[in-house]
Parts: sequence; C-alpha cells; structure tokens
Amino acid sequence: MKTLFKNKTITALFFLIAVTAISLAHAALTFDPKKSTVTITAKQMNVPMSAKFNKVNATIDYNPKTPETTKASVDIDINSFDLGDPEYNKEVLAKDWFNAAQFPKATFVSTSMKPTADGKLTAFGKLTIKGKTADVSFPVIIKKEANSTMFDGSLPIHRLAFKVGEGDWADTSMVADEVVIKFHVVVQ
Amino acid sequence: MKKYTKTAMFFHWLIALMIIATFSFGLIMVDMPGITPTKLRFYSWHKWAGITILGLTCLRLLWRLGHTPPEYPSNMPAWKKYAASVLHVFLYVLVFGIPISGYLYSQSSGIPVTYLGIFPMPVIMDPNPELKPLLKNLHYVLNMTLLASFSLHVLAALKHQFIDRDGTMKRMIP
Repeated sequence: MKTLFKNKTITALFFLIAVTAISLAHAALTFDPKKSTVTITAKQMNVPMSAKFNKVNATIDYNPKTPETTKASVDIDINSFDLGDPEYNKEVLAKDWFNAAQFPKATFVSTSMKPTADGKLTAFGKLTIKGKTADVSFPVIIKKEANSTMFDGSLPIHRLAFKVGEGDWADTSMVADEVVIKFHVVVQ
Repeated sequence: MKKYTKTAMFFHWLIALMIIATFSFGLIMVDMPGITPTKLRFYSWHKWAGITILGLTCLRLLWRLGHTPPEYPSNMPAWKKYAASVLHVFLYVLVFGIPISGYLYSQSSGIPVTYLGIFPMPVIMDPNPELKPLLKNLHYVLNMTLLASFSLHVLAALKHQFIDRDGTMKRMIP
C-alpha cells in the first residue's frame, strides 16, 4: 500500500512537472508596451514627417522552431497618435483623416507566415484602418535578446486606399499617398 | 556723390522686397485658423522664402566684404556715421538670425525643411519640445526687432533725403 501511495505521489509529481513544462512552452508571449513602438513616416510637400502611436497592443504566438505557425495580431489605439503638436493631433483625429470617433482602432491580424531565412519571415495578413481592410504582406526580422524577442519591420501603405485624408487632404501634392508604417514589437 | 555698386543695389532691393513679403506672409499664415492644406502650403513657402533670403544675404555679405561702400557725406557728424554703421551691422545680424531661428524652430517641431519641395536641408536639430516654444518666441522677437530697426533705417534714409538733402539715400537708388 505504502509503495502504491508513493508511486501515486511520484506519478502526480511527474504529471505536474509535465503540465508546467508544456504550459510554459506554450505560454503566450507577453507584449512589452514600453519597449515596443509603432511609428509612421509621411511626406508633406516632400518634407518627411514622423509620428507615433503611443498605445499599441500586440499578441504574438511565436515558436522559433516552427516560425511558419507564428500568429500575430496588433491593436492600435488611433487616439494615441502623436505628431508632436496638439493642434496637428486634433486635426489628424478628425473626420477627414482617421475619424477616430467612429474608428478608434486600427488592427493587423496575420493570416499566414512564410519563413524566408533564419530569423526572417514574410507576414501576410489583414490590415484595417478607418474601417477599411486590405490584404498586406511585409518582411519581418526576428531577433532574440536575453529573454525578449523583437519583431522589426516596415510596411508601406497607400493612405488613400484607407480613405485617410479626404476632401482637401486627398491632394497628394500636399501629403503623399505613400505612408510607411514602422514597427518594433518586443515580447517576453 | 559716389553710389553703391549695381550689384549691391540689386541685393539690397531684392532682399528688402523679399523680407517685406515674407514678414507679412508670416503674420498672415499664423493667423489662419486650424490646420488646412493651404495653411501648410503657406508655411512651406514661407520657409523657402526664408532660406532664399538667407542665401542671398550670404552672397550679399560676400560682395560687401569685397567692395567698400561709398562714403557718407563729409558734413555728417561722426556720431551719426557711427550710429548708421551700427544699425547696418545690426540689420545684417537680424537678417541672418531670423531665418536661422525659423529654421531651428521648424526642426525643433520635428519638421525639417525641404527647399522648394526638392532639396532636403540638413537636419541639425532633433525634435525638441522644450526648445520649441523658446525658438518660436525668438523668431517672433527677432522679427519685431527687425521691424523696429527697419523703421529706423527707412526714417533715417527719408530724413537724409528730404530734410538734410545730403544725397545719402541716392547712393542706394539706381
């Protein structure tokens, strides 16, 4: 009886360790909002202007052994857009630009990943800005540093495809159609 | 009475007209409400004009350093000659300082300058929210100082022309 009890305890212990190990391996990576950045660069009369989104959240499921199974979704709080000037920020959140009142979030949801080289992959997914969704793909560079993993990349988009900048602002001689979104996502 | 060289006159009057236009334009554009494409376009034009004035003034100064200006009238008291020279130096300082302060103000706001929408100008300052309001004020104060100095310059020229009738102003009239 005693041996059976002992065996049971050991079995339970092993089971517990196994479960912990598995759950650790599959633990969703925690997004680091302090170290992650999403910025955009647009050209206004050929003047490069940068802005950043101060509130971004990302969920990334990444296993270095099977990069093709990587899943990513990114939520961007449009109201956190910062061009460095309160008056400009107010204008950019207005109806003609982001219409943040009606569309407070921009999202990216991955559909598939194609590893291209060690630590590199091409992400495919759906980008939604101002209620309009487009299929996008862009290269991502993955780096590991201590216990954090960094995902870096940039993706050029056409703002008019998302109706960002309507009315007088649709004029591309003022603000160019192409806008580059640059991201640096850190997870632990 | 000897006159300024034709080149000196050309620089003087061209730069004078450009400064009057750019100064007035600056006052008009900052008063435009909100942020509109027209307003941003005006800001760009204002910056291009400022860069042009700065470039022309560099050329003008080079010319001035190589060419002695005509003498003041011989009967002009020494203190007046001295005051006129000081005012001229001060005007040069302002005409250099104003576009430079505007250039830095733009860069402190995170907006570099692309001259004529074609040539990106060197970025010598990162966006700086602390310095931004100081540079904005500096640009304004220098401009108002220019307005005062310019008025003095014009009044003095007119006094020479119509009260003293000593031909001082004619030296700069083609």
